[in-house]
Amino acid sequence: MDFDPSDDQRLLVESVTRLLGDTYGFAQRKTYLARPEGFSTDMWSKFAELGLLGLPFAEEHGGFGGGAQEIMLVMQAFGRVLVLEPFLSTVVLGGTAIQAAGSNEQKMVLLPAIADGSLKLAFAHGERQARYDLTDVVTTAKRNGGGWILDGSKTVVSHGEAADKLIVSARTSGERYDEDGITLFLVDTAASGVARRGYATRDETRAADVSLSNAHGEVLGEAGGGLAIIEKIVEAGIAATAAETVGAMEAMNEMTLEYSKTRVQFGQPIGSYQVVQHRLADMFMAQEQGRSMAMLATMSVDNDDPVERRHDFALAKVGVGQAGRYVSQSAVQMHGGIGMTEEYAVGHYFRRCMVIERLWGDPAYYLQRLANEIA
Amino acid sequence: MDLRFTPEEIAFRQEVRAFIRENLPADIYAKMKLGHGPSKEDTVRWQRILNAKGWAGLSWPKEWGGPGWTAIQKMIFLEENQMAPAPELSSFNITMIGPVLLQFGTEEQKKRFLPRAANLDDWWCQGFSEPGAGSDLASLKTAAKLDGDHYVVNGQKIWTSTAHHADWCFVLVRTNPNARKRQEGISFLLVDMKTPGITVRPIISIDGSHHLNEVFFDDVRVPVSMRVYEENKGWDVAKFLLGNERTGIARLGKSRERVNAAVDLAHKVNMNGQPLITDPSFRQRVAQLQVDMKSLEITQYRVVSAYDKAGGGRPDPLSSVLKVKGTELLQATTELAVDVAGPMATPIWAAELAAMNEPDELMEAGSASTGSYLFLRAASIYGGTNEIQKNILTKAVLGL
Repeated sequence: MDFDPSDDQRLLVESVTRLLGDTYGFAQRKTYLARPEGFSTDMWSKFAELGLLGLPFAEEHGGFGGGAQEIMLVMQAFGRVLVLEPFLSTVVLGGTAIQAAGSNEQKMVLLPAIADGSLKLAFAHGERQARYDLTDVVTTAKRNGGGWILDGSKTVVSHGEAADKLIVSARTSGERYDEDGITLFLVDTAASGVARRGYATRDETRAADVSLSNAHGEVLGEAGGGLAIIEKIVEAGIAATAAETVGAMEAMNEMTLEYSKTRVQFGQPIGSYQVVQHRLADMFMAQEQGRSMAMLATMSVDNDDPVERRHDFALAKVGVGQAGRYVSQSAVQMHGGIGMTEEYAVGHYFRRCMVIERLWGDPAYYLQRLANEIA
Repeated sequence: MDLRFTPEEIAFRQEVRAFIRENLPADIYAKMKLGHGPSKEDTVRWQRILNAKGWAGLSWPKEWGGPGWTAIQKMIFLEENQMAPAPELSSFNITMIGPVLLQFGTEEQKKRFLPRAANLDDWWCQGFSEPGAGSDLASLKTAAKLDGDHYVVNGQKIWTSTAHHADWCFVLVRTNPNARKRQEGISFLLVDMKTPGITVRPIISIDGSHHLNEVFFDDVRVPVSMRVYEENKGWDVAKFLLGNERTGIARLGKSRERVNAAVDLAHKVNMNGQPLITDPSFRQRVAQLQVDMKSLEITQYRVVSAYDKAGGGRPDPLSSVLKVKGTELLQATTELAVDVAGPMATPIWAAELAAMNEPDELMEAGSASTGSYLFLRAASIYGGTNEIQKNILTKAVLGL
């Protein structure tokens, strides 16, 4: 074990932090929110220029050969300023899907397009009835000549409106809840039979419900063997959002500490009161325990032992989720009234953490998985 | 950054586990498996076996009989030893006085004390707390006055763990009552417990055991050569010692061992006609503890490897996180074991019960689980209370 970043990783963090420092103040972020896409296409180009959009891809695919650790470092920096751009959807979720399941040709075409910023992806897996169950897929795909035709609907597809292509799960055989018979497809959002209705989510990003009616899809990976790929995508997403939560916790703790030094009540800064100090210490401890769990998730992405990997992801998801919830709630509480306002940043971090907690299963869901595993 | 264990670290864990399995005396194992603590003799016996293997020195350099392990290896060893379960190394000897002498001791002090400390030929105890100086340790009053080449010590220490077993005691004394700051008038002395004028009185703790003591000093003469570091600089030594104490204090292996014991027991006891292990709320409680143990494990590796890379020295304030979270876990895991034992947690395993033919392992393990549950209520109090750790964090990390 060695917890120190390499020189290259340090440089990566420095350059990302410098870029975000210049471009991602809370006021600047508001102007990005006001754009029709709900984020900044200029920032997206800057991420491409900096090489972030190809970070985890091989050099032959226009990437930089990074891995889960580099994603962790970038997502942590993103979490500190609440980056709005569809990096998670496109590079982490979409990129993982194509890297894990794509044919050589798909990789050669799609990964460089992600890296240069010309292709945005979204992961359209969840369905209204499914809650957190990854096998609860009723969208269907049927062979039609040489291709496939998809029917069904997907819900809360993060950045679904902005995406050029969707990665859609559909059942090609078997029944609802069957582990076999799910297949992944690439679906062009401009194709006929694809309808998207966008809406805002609590974290100020946008999501969409997608309905597919005789929509053409291109198979990604092996027909019927999609679940293993979906799990890989979800695991990469859990690791990335765990790191994002760590960044958000750092930001909330820094804000709260600063506020406790400047807010004066009863003639003294509130940070001079031990009850406030101990809450800050608790928030710091939660942040560090959460950071450890985000590291666990990162190191589990490439773990070849499926049983241990599944177990460790569950541990990490619970640990980070609980830490994020504790820090968020405490940060608002320590700020008092101002923490309740839309104009102040802390509530925005609160809401992002709350959304992340509910991506692919909340702590209660994973605690139950862990509980079921006890021998 | 490589967040996985290296193949060498994995092999090391297997080596440690195999050595313990093959060398831990069967009677000690059987007793500890049931949840009983080790006796003084058990601890001495096991530490000598480890010392013969060259492992007792833990963090000490090789020239002083240490194994020369990395920080990660140390944590792996501690975890395996606690999980076995085997008696723990004497923390007073190995993680307190040993590192203190290595850092601050004279050559003569090192030569005289380190080999004997490693082999538990001397049993050390810690004379820090006083009736009026608990969390506020720097207000200690036990006085040492210079008289020729001796200090004459008068005063009282309290909560002195295992003083009744001890051959030596490291003691904080006030050598300058007029110092500008209270911290600047304190010295660190090594006191032979056989010196005339020392009285040890037992304090029975809520688990019924004799672990704690009061120690009275009445004109106790201590040679000046038994002072560690400079006169009136003892607070620096104490801070160094307490920082080291905090990194080892999490005792994660002990928490894991308690959870494993509780899960084992939960197969054997019933809840509404079904084995307790099938109860969803019990399983959720275990699952939550697994989460908490894992995050502590990784935080611990982060802290100790950073400490190692910095070459020791000032303790990482993050070690306070280990102290708080580690002791909360110890308390939660021992609480779990007691709850599993149910009514069998109430009898006291003493002569009457041990002499009966009927009591079974369940009752003995249940009784023992209560012993460690009660005893470990002290975990959030000793080594600097958890509230004091939060004060340390607010100062050192948050800058308040």
